Amino acid sequence: MKYSYFPGCVTPQRENSYELSARKVIEKLGIELVELEGASCCGFSLDAIDHLSSMALAARNLCLTEEIGCDLLALCPTCSGHFARVKTELTENPKSRSTIDAILGKIDRKFEGSSQVKHIARVLIEDVGVDTIRSTVVKPLKQLKVAPHYGCHIMKPSDEVRFDNPENPKLLDCLVEATGVTCVDYTEKKLCCGAPIMGVSEELSLDILREKLGSIQDRGVDAIVTLCPFCHTHFDLNQARMEEKYGETYGMPVLHLTQLLGLAQGYQPGELGLHENRVSVDDLLELL
Amino acid sequence: MQGWLTVPNTQGRVVSLDELDSEFSESVVKAGRGKPSVCFQCGTCAASCPIMKFDETYSPRTIIRSAVLGLTDRLLKRDLIWLCAACYSCTERCPRGVRPAEVISTIRNIIARKGYIHQSLKMQATAIVRYGRLWKDEEFVNEIRGDMGLPPISAVDLQEVAKVLEHTKVKELLGEQDAEDKP
Repeated sequence: MKYSYFPGCVTPQRENSYELSARKVIEKLGIELVELEGASCCGFSLDAIDHLSSMALAARNLCLTEEIGCDLLALCPTCSGHFARVKTELTENPKSRSTIDAILGKIDRKFEGSSQVKHIARVLIEDVGVDTIRSTVVKPLKQLKVAPHYGCHIMKPSDEVRFDNPENPKLLDCLVEATGVTCVDYTEKKLCCGAPIMGVSEELSLDILREKLGSIQDRGVDAIVTLCPFCHTHFDLNQARMEEKYGETYGMPVLHLTQLLGLAQGYQPGELGLHENRVSVDDLLELL
Repeated sequence: MQGWLTVPNTQGRVVSLDELDSEFSESVVKAGRGKPSVCFQCGTCAASCPIMKFDETYSPRTIIRSAVLGLTDRLLKRDLIWLCAACYSCTERCPRGVRPAEVISTIRNIIARKGYIHQSLKMQATAIVRYGRLWKDEEFVNEIRGDMGLPPISAVDLQEVAKVLEHTKVKELLGEQDAEDKP
């Protein structure tokens, strides 16, 4: 299996441990990554200001993977979700398609729609399979109890993303449980983490995070597991800010899905960048 | 006297036709993203919205209604329109296929063209126009990556990104016409 690797913005700039652990995990599963030379931001962050620009950047990135001739693997569900939405629009809306075709013509590229765009969780579920993942587990993590955080863009809007069921998500639980870990449900499992509005209203954003974290803490778990670099930063970096704001103590470790999978595959914590996580994972590692 | 037709404590008011900005409402509908005009105000979007759960002054239902009627003033009030987290919960559940999240994005685009963009989103967009990503590729990040055994961040083809964006209005909106010349 071969994919082009789409780096996005948040992962290479803020969550290198996600990229590091993802590369280790998929190497063990026999997946080859090709670098996507010259790729930019997926375009999502321009959507609020100018939809056309956000589509144009996405379409250009999609052209790059089509030219390599393989499907694209993204670590960020906002990127894979944006690509999925833009692909739908370019396929179903002839007016948008001809506008984008004209723009891409200026850089001698053409969007064909021939490559699939997949978040790593989708690759693991659909292309690799949970049984294969389980076969690479050498160190089952039966001692651990974790809360999976799905976030939003991995499955919404479902008519365009077509992954899992937003009203009753299960697939992250399946991946986590392949390592022997116990997944627990919690009241606010489907709630957004609040990260996207941090710049507009820090107060509201932290109120949402607090509700989410409180509901997770109530279940007495050892860690939160994420599949989005942006959600991860919000949970991991802003716990300290919340402790200051609300005078509460959290200290809840936040693991990238691929860090958890990597531990079960027998990698050492240092090989998975666990020392880069802001909330200490020392107590968690002692449980292993 | 309080008769059965009286609605107590109503917050509603009569809207005068002079208040309606039909040009605005037309541009929201004509943008073709979602179907704001078929909204029947059931409130499923509001009940599903994570922002409204914590701040009741923000309501996707009211935003859609205001946009369809052309109550532009309400949409410009207190930065409310910039609070949407784009989580797509409303779009997911809307029984009419309105796609409120996409309509809200359209409203933001129109407001941006009127000359107002929330500062935080303006900073993000400016970085993307200049550096091709949300942040400039700083040397210290590559040092961290190197120490971890990761390759340097793959460079964005900035010339191509600039060429693509030349054919959209984004630089104009950001006041960044000469972004290429900046460091």
